[in-house]
Order: sequence, then C-alpha cells, then structure tokens
Amino acid sequence: MGNEKQTEEKQIREVTVRFAGDSGDGMQLTGTQFSNTTASLGNDLSTLPDYPAEIRAPAGTLYGVSGFQLHFSSSDIYTPGDKPDVLVAMNPAALKKNLPDLKPGAMIIVNTDSFDKKNLALAGFETNPLEDGTLDGFEVYEVPITTLTFNALEDVDLSTKEKARSKNFFALGLMYWLFERPLDTTINWLKEKFKNKPVLIEANEKALRAGYNFGDITERFTTRYKIEPAKLPGGTYRNISGNEATAWGFIAASVKSGLPLFLGSYPITPASEILQYLSKYKNFNVRTFQAEDEIAGITSAIGASFAGNLAITTTSGPGLALKTEAIGLAVMTELPLVIVDVQRGGPSTGLPTKTEQADLLQAIYGRNGEAPVGVVAAATPSDCFHMAIEASRLALEFMSPVILLTDGYLANGSEPWKIPHVDELPEIKVEFYKDAENFKPYARNENLVRPWVVPGTPNMEHRIGGLEKANITGNVSYDPENHHEMVKIRAQKIQNMQKVIPDLEVDGDQEGDLLVLGWGSTYGAIKEGVERARKRGYKVSQAHLKYLNPFPKNTGGVLAKFERILLPEVNMGQLAKILRSEFLHHGIIQFNLVRGLPFRSTEIEEKIIELFGGGNNGQ
Amino acid sequence: MANNIEVGEIKYTPKDFASDQDVRWCPGCGDYAILAQVQRTFPKIPGIKRENIVWVSGIGCSSRFPYYMNTYGFHSIHGRAPAIATGIKISRPELQVWVATGDGDLLSIGGNHFIHACRRNVDIKIMLFNNRIYALTKGQYSPTSERGKITKTTPYGSIDYPFNAISLALGANATFVARSIDRDAKHLQSMILRAAQHKGTAFLEIYQNCNIFNDGAFRLLTDKETKEDHVLYLEHGKPMIFGKNKDKGIVLKGLEPVVVDLNDGKHTIDDVLVHDENDASLIRAFILSHLTDHPDFPTPVGVFRQLFQPTYDESLNQQIKDVTEKLGKGDLEKLLFSGNTWTVSDN
Ligand SMILES: Cc1ncc(C[n+]2csc(CCOP(=O)(O)OP(=O)(O)O)c2C)c(N)n1
Ligand code: SF4
Repeated sequence: MGNEKQTEEKQIREVTVRFAGDSGDGMQLTGTQFSNTTASLGNDLSTLPDYPAEIRAPAGTLYGVSGFQLHFSSSDIYTPGDKPDVLVAMNPAALKKNLPDLKPGAMIIVNTDSFDKKNLALAGFETNPLEDGTLDGFEVYEVPITTLTFNALEDVDLSTKEKARSKNFFALGLMYWLFERPLDTTINWLKEKFKNKPVLIEANEKALRAGYNFGDITERFTTRYKIEPAKLPGGTYRNISGNEATAWGFIAASVKSGLPLFLGSYPITPASEILQYLSKYKNFNVRTFQAEDEIAGITSAIGASFAGNLAITTTSGPGLALKTEAIGLAVMTELPLVIVDVQRGGPSTGLPTKTEQADLLQAIYGRNGEAPVGVVAAATPSDCFHMAIEASRLALEFMSPVILLTDGYLANGSEPWKIPHVDELPEIKVEFYKDAENFKPYARNENLVRPWVVPGTPNMEHRIGGLEKANITGNVSYDPENHHEMVKIRAQKIQNMQKVIPDLEVDGDQEGDLLVLGWGSTYGAIKEGVERARKRGYKVSQAHLKYLNPFPKNTGGVLAKFERILLPEVNMGQLAKILRSEFLHHGIIQFNLVRGLPFRSTEIEEKIIELFGGGNNGQ
Repeated sequence: MANNIEVGEIKYTPKDFASDQDVRWCPGCGDYAILAQVQRTFPKIPGIKRENIVWVSGIGCSSRFPYYMNTYGFHSIHGRAPAIATGIKISRPELQVWVATGDGDLLSIGGNHFIHACRRNVDIKIMLFNNRIYALTKGQYSPTSERGKITKTTPYGSIDYPFNAISLALGANATFVARSIDRDAKHLQSMILRAAQHKGTAFLEIYQNCNIFNDGAFRLLTDKETKEDHVLYLEHGKPMIFGKNKDKGIVLKGLEPVVVDLNDGKHTIDDVLVHDENDASLIRAFILSHLTDHPDFPTPVGVFRQLFQPTYDESLNQQIKDVTEKLGKGDLEKLLFSGNTWTVSDN
C-alpha cells in the first residue's frame, strides 16, 4: 500500500458505539478505555456495560457475549444511546446478539478471524452472515483482527494464547483512529497497570498502535469522524461510575461529619464494587468489614453506629431482604445507618447483572411493624456521590436508618462529572451528647430526634434494644398508649426530614397538561425523551424525585398543577401506587417496562407523542 | 466492702455494675447466679472502666442480661449479638465488648455469626447461657437438647443430635474456650475473670438451670452427692483427677481416653493426663470436649484451650495505621481530583 491514502473528515454531533465480544475478550476494559479517552477530550458521554452473569461462559456462545456501549457527543447527553451507530463484533455470537439493536445502516466492524465453522455454529448461524446478505444495508468492515494482532506482536516474547489476548487493543486502536482519539490515555494506563509485567505493556501498546495504523493505511477506511468537545460548564472533570461515586460520597460524608466510616457488607452483584473501592481507603480512617452474610453486614454496622461511626451497609435486592429485620432494629433503637440497595432484576436471584427499579416498595414498606425509614434515590452515576452524602446527612441528623437506592445501570454506567470542591459540599452536623445530668436516652429535640451518646462516655451508661421503649426514658415499656405514641413519633420524625430536603423542581412549564415524572435512573432517558418531544413541538414538563420517603413538601402541589402525569418505571408501577394513595391524583399514567434494561429515550419520546394523540399534535 | 480493689483511681463494687432496672427472671432461675457472679467479678478486672464496657445480647431470657448491668448495653435481635459486638469492637477497639446469649440464640439462629466471630478472633467475650431449651418461647427443644428429649415441639422425643458447644468453638478456632456452671460461684467467677483478661474471642459456656422448662438438666453436675464424680475441673499444668476422694484420673491410651482408679495398684498419678491449656494441637482439646455428657466420663469444666494470636480488631487497626503511614492521611480534595481528569475553561 504505497500511495498516500485520502481520508475525509466528517464532523458529527454524537455517536453511539458498542463493543461486543466473548466475555473473555476484554470488552469491558476496551469500553472503559475508550470512555476515559473520550471523556478527556471533553465530549459529554454516558456508558452502559452489559455483561453476562457467568464469569466465563463457554467461548463463542450467545449467552457469553459481553457488551459495552457508550454514547458521546459534542453537546449534553443523558443516556448511553438507544441504538448503536457502530458495532465492533469480535465474534459471530456478538454479531448475532447485537444486530437487532443497530440503527439502519450502522457501521459494523467484525473480526473475520473468528468467523469459522465452529463459531458460526455456536452463534446459530447456518450460513456465514458475511457472505449471505444478512448484513446488506450495513456498512461492514471485515478485519482479520486476530491475525493482524499476531503480526504486530511477532517479536514479542509471549505465547500465541497470550498474544491473542491483545486483540481487543487492536480493535481499540482502530476505533481511536476512526474517531480521532489520542492513544496516550490508554498507554499511560497500560504503563501503570502492568508496571510489574513490562511485556504486557509492550504487547498491548503494539496491538493498540497496529490497530490505529491499520485505520490510517487501509484503503477501505476512508472517513474519520470528528466530534467536537461538548460545551460543558467550566471546571475540572472526571469520568465516574455510579458505584465509584457512591463509595466516594460516603468518604465525603465521613469527612464532612467528622465521623469515621464503617462499612459492613457481603459481596453481591452489582454492589460489591462499593465494598471493593472502600476497602482501599484505609488512610481515610475507613473500616470495611466483609461479613459472613448480609445480616452480619448490617448488624455489624448497627454496632458501629451505636459506637459512634458513620455506619453503612451495601447490598442488592436479595441482600436487602435479608437485612429487613435488622433495619427494624435500627428504627427501634433510633440509630443512624445508611443502607445502599443497588437494585437488580428480581425476584430471587433474578437477573443479577441487569438493572431494575422494583425494590422501591421493599425499601419504603418492607418491614414488620410500623417501621418508617428515609428513602432516597440517585438519578445518574455521578449523582450517586451527592445522594450518598444526602443519605448520610439525613441518617446522622435524624438518628434514623436511610435507604439509598441506586441500580445496576447507575452502578456500572459512567459519565463525566464536574468535580466539586470539598468546601462546596454540604456540612453534616453531628454532636455526641455529653450532658450526664440531664441525659434521657429517648429525650427529643425539635425534630423528635433523640440524643446520641456513645459508649466510652462516663456516667451516661445506658441500654437500648429492640423492645418498645418508653418515650424520653428509653426504658422497656409494654404500655399500649406509649406504643401508639412511639409509633407516631417514629413516623413524624421521618416526616420531619422534609424540613431539610430540597423542593421538587419542574423543568419546563410549571403547570399544564403533561408532566413526565420519574425517580432513580430513568432520569437520563426521560430528560432526552422530553427534550426531543419538545423539539417536535410538544408542550411537556419534567420532574424527578430523588427523595422518596418523605417526598419533598411541595410534591402534592406540583402534581396537582398537571392534568396528566406520565410515570415511567422499570417496575410494575410501584411509585405510581404510592403517589395515587398519597396524593389522590387521577391522571397518573403508568409506563412500565421490566426487561432488565433502562428505558430508551425514544420510548419516552414516542409515549409522549402517543399521549398527545399521535404525530400531528405538535404546535 | 471487702471486694473493693484499687485500680488506678477508680474503685468499683459489685453494686456499681447493677442497673436500676428490676430483674425479671423467674425466681430460682440460674440467670440470677450468673448475673451475681459477673457483678462480683467485674470490679476485679484490672483497669476496668465502667463506661468502656458494652454488653450486647440477642433474644431469649438470657439476652435480657444487658438491662441489668450498669454499663453500656444493647439488647438486639435474635442471634445477631456476635455480629453487632464485632462492629462495636472493631470500630472502637478501646471498648470491652461482652455478649450474653442463649443456646438457641447463639447456636441456632446465630450459629453463623458465632463460628465466624471465633474464626476471626475478634476480641469479644461470649457468655453462653446454656439451659438446653428455648425458654423465652416457653419450652421447645434447642440445638443443645439431648436426643430423645420430650418438649413441646418433640412430644415423641427429639430426633436431633445436639451440638457440643465446646467442640464447635474449638472447631471454629476460638482462642479461648471454657466452661463453667451457674451453681459453682467460685469457679464461675474465675472463668469470667479469665475470659475478661483474654485477648481474642473468648467463649465461655455456662450451664444454666431453667427451673421452669428444663429443671435439673445439670443436676448430676450440681447435686452434692453426684457432682464430684461427674465434674472434672480442668486446671492448667495439673493432672486430671476427680471423684469424692480425688482417686480417679483420665489416662490417654493412644488417642483413647480412659478413666482409671488410682487405688487399683496399677495406676499412679504420674499416668494421669496433665492439662495443657496452651496445647497447640487441637486433638487433645477435642478429646476433652468429647468427654462431655459421656456416660463413662466426667464432664470437664474450666479452660479447655487458650491461644495467643493477633486479634481481628488489632490487625484491622494496625492495617489502618500502616496504610495511613505509607500513603499519608487521606485528603478528600486530592482524592476527588486524582487520576484521569480534564479541565474545561469557562466560556
Ligand atoms: C427472628 C426471630 N425468630 C424467633 C424468635 C422467637 N424466639 C425468641 S427467644 C427464642 C429462643 C430462645 O432460646 P435461647 O436462645 O436458648 O434463650 P433462653 O430463652 O433459653 O435464655 C426464640 C425462638 C425471635 N424473637 N426472633
Ligand atoms: S423461663 Fe427459665 S430461663 Fe427463662 S427466666 Fe424462667 S427459669 Fe430462667
């Protein structure tokens, strides 16, 4: 290929790319690297990893396909994109599984080396889709990625098997060329990651460069795409995933409250990463305790709370079920505690690696007795940081358990985050009570909050427990009137959180026909769907609930200002149920898709249009 | 009071450890004796500070214990006391954390937490009130009830095999494993004191009579006429002899224990097994624990085993110190802005 090749540069606003391959092909890593590089170029982006529950499902099978999607843009975006514009398919199974999701005319880059008889059969292709017309209408690039990787690594001292593992870096390099991304972020990462195995730095860097150069010199690739940086507000940014943001949020809450952080937890997908992250930060006086089960996770945290820590426990739905009784204990003993539920598909083991919002009722109501707790939910990956601080603040200032709901989509998804400075973060006021003279364990302040006296404080020895307490003294009491009173006090105390939480804000007109209301991770899809509908002339407002128990005090007022409320949820209508019973609104329209997947913004857009009676109602 | 002893500035009496709450166990319950011995022993614990003591319990008659101690206390939920105690101890290592629990609480619903506390060697003291029955729920059989026992839920006799709590604790690698009896005030006091002074998970099983639902469960070990022939007091470095006239001894034939008569002319005190609490081998400790309830052997009480190993809380806090020394005290601002970041200028 001697002649100088002509390449055209095309400016585009946004693109959605999906990397797909065997779960052993390193697609998550490839996607993460592409995201980090893209983030550092200043594009706005949103990612969605999608991996099988099996760690290494048999190679070449459909259910072993692991994918990573990212959507990046020169303007604000809120979702990982509905339908990919570009698919990198490392094997036939990856092609087969992802083909139905692609945009018409999408670009497909396939690793032809893997399109042999065996892999085609494993993927369920009777004939080779590269030859039989299956891909007609798509822009297909056939690249022998494995062979080219071997060629590039000829002089590297590794076995064939080991060399083959660098093929994802070849694919990554090619994508970097295609979208005009620099290689240095990934090369720096390689140098750090494999600093004790220089041969792997060499191999992966060579594969990466070979992929890039392949794009540069191959005639077949004639167009490169340019996506200008997004116009984000000024500041320093990083890319952050929901689980990482959650972990950091708790460190921040610990710093802001001046209390050491204690996490008692038992590993469970998709929550384990929070425990993994926090176990690193011992120099922040963070104690992580990997318990023998979820019950020990929460009860050790309750012990730590009694002892004066910012105590938290992290889990997913099945674990939350196990923690139920202990949450009741924290309600009764009025101790601060944050319980994080990274929701996944249920019931039972369900869809461990998929997302869902079906634990809302469990979080708000799922305990024996009248056992109210605070419940908050994060809306985006980076919002997990702020909501972890909020959950901690409410728990500590109200001496109550607070449940923070995130989900698999937020946990594993990532987005650029404008990093806040520590002094901009909310203060958390905590004081251990020290006045021995006037001490009554269940005395109450203006918010009905009892004093926190920690063991080690002389002359204030006292006992707490799960039996009903006499108000003020905290002695065990079986008195019927006292019990009724205490039930009301515990409820009112949680209700009092309303005084310190922000109002529900409406984006768009403050009153009107249609409000799209959401909670949790549907935020991005709703926001994008609403904006698209608006562009098409529809008048629609949006509001998003981050505080679910109690609701912001203006919630009823906001809802009353709209005729109809469209409520998309990745469950069968759990928030709808609560809103109907609390606010008696007759115009709540449920929109429920429970597929283990987030909503697509086009689904929201189409629903809005449908509610306006089809295509031509725009003004 | 004669019991007063001076430790630093603070002198405590047993009364200082009694709370203002009325004790509400049934008259005659063995729990009273245990409470009394704890209150008598605590002033003798070197360096004890009342405000640094935390009692944690689960649910059961025995688990009411913390209410009666004038220390910090947490009456929690069924079975979970060891986990709560773990959270307290590892986050506040300067506290002395005690668990009061029953055989249902610790060995049934809380079995998992118990073995894991032992395995980790968290520095907590677990006092098991073993009455071999579910008392608070009014008389169902428990995991330590003997096979064939008739209770409310086993009208034709229990078909479960019981746990041997000492064997279980040994098997889970508890570093201090001991047994005593509610009626034996002096022995119980000495065991409480030993447990208090142990660093690591201390497990003390106390045979406790529930005179309402399982009266006389330990009669052979407590009645004047029978106890000397049925109880073997383990003492470190001493030969294992027992009986009214101290004329019976435990001899090991290979790995088989046998009871010998020291007056039979064939055996002398030199043949008798000498107790070594610190024996690194688990085998001899297991042999002893299996003498329990055996028709041919006396039931051992005393310290079965004591090992000295770093505790979980100590190691965790050491790790925090080491990592902090290595990386410097955590700086949140630095953390947030670390790694891959980029700056967008204000436009
Ligand atoms: C989750 C739960 N399950 C069951 C019970 C009922 N319960 C209370 S105490 C107890 C057993 C108590 O037996 P034990 O631990 O031996 O204590 P004792 O009353 O004999 O001292 C049971 C089953 C409970 N309180 N909580
Ligand atoms: S029921 Fe038994 S264990 Fe419970 S207080 Fe009465 S005698 Fe004691």
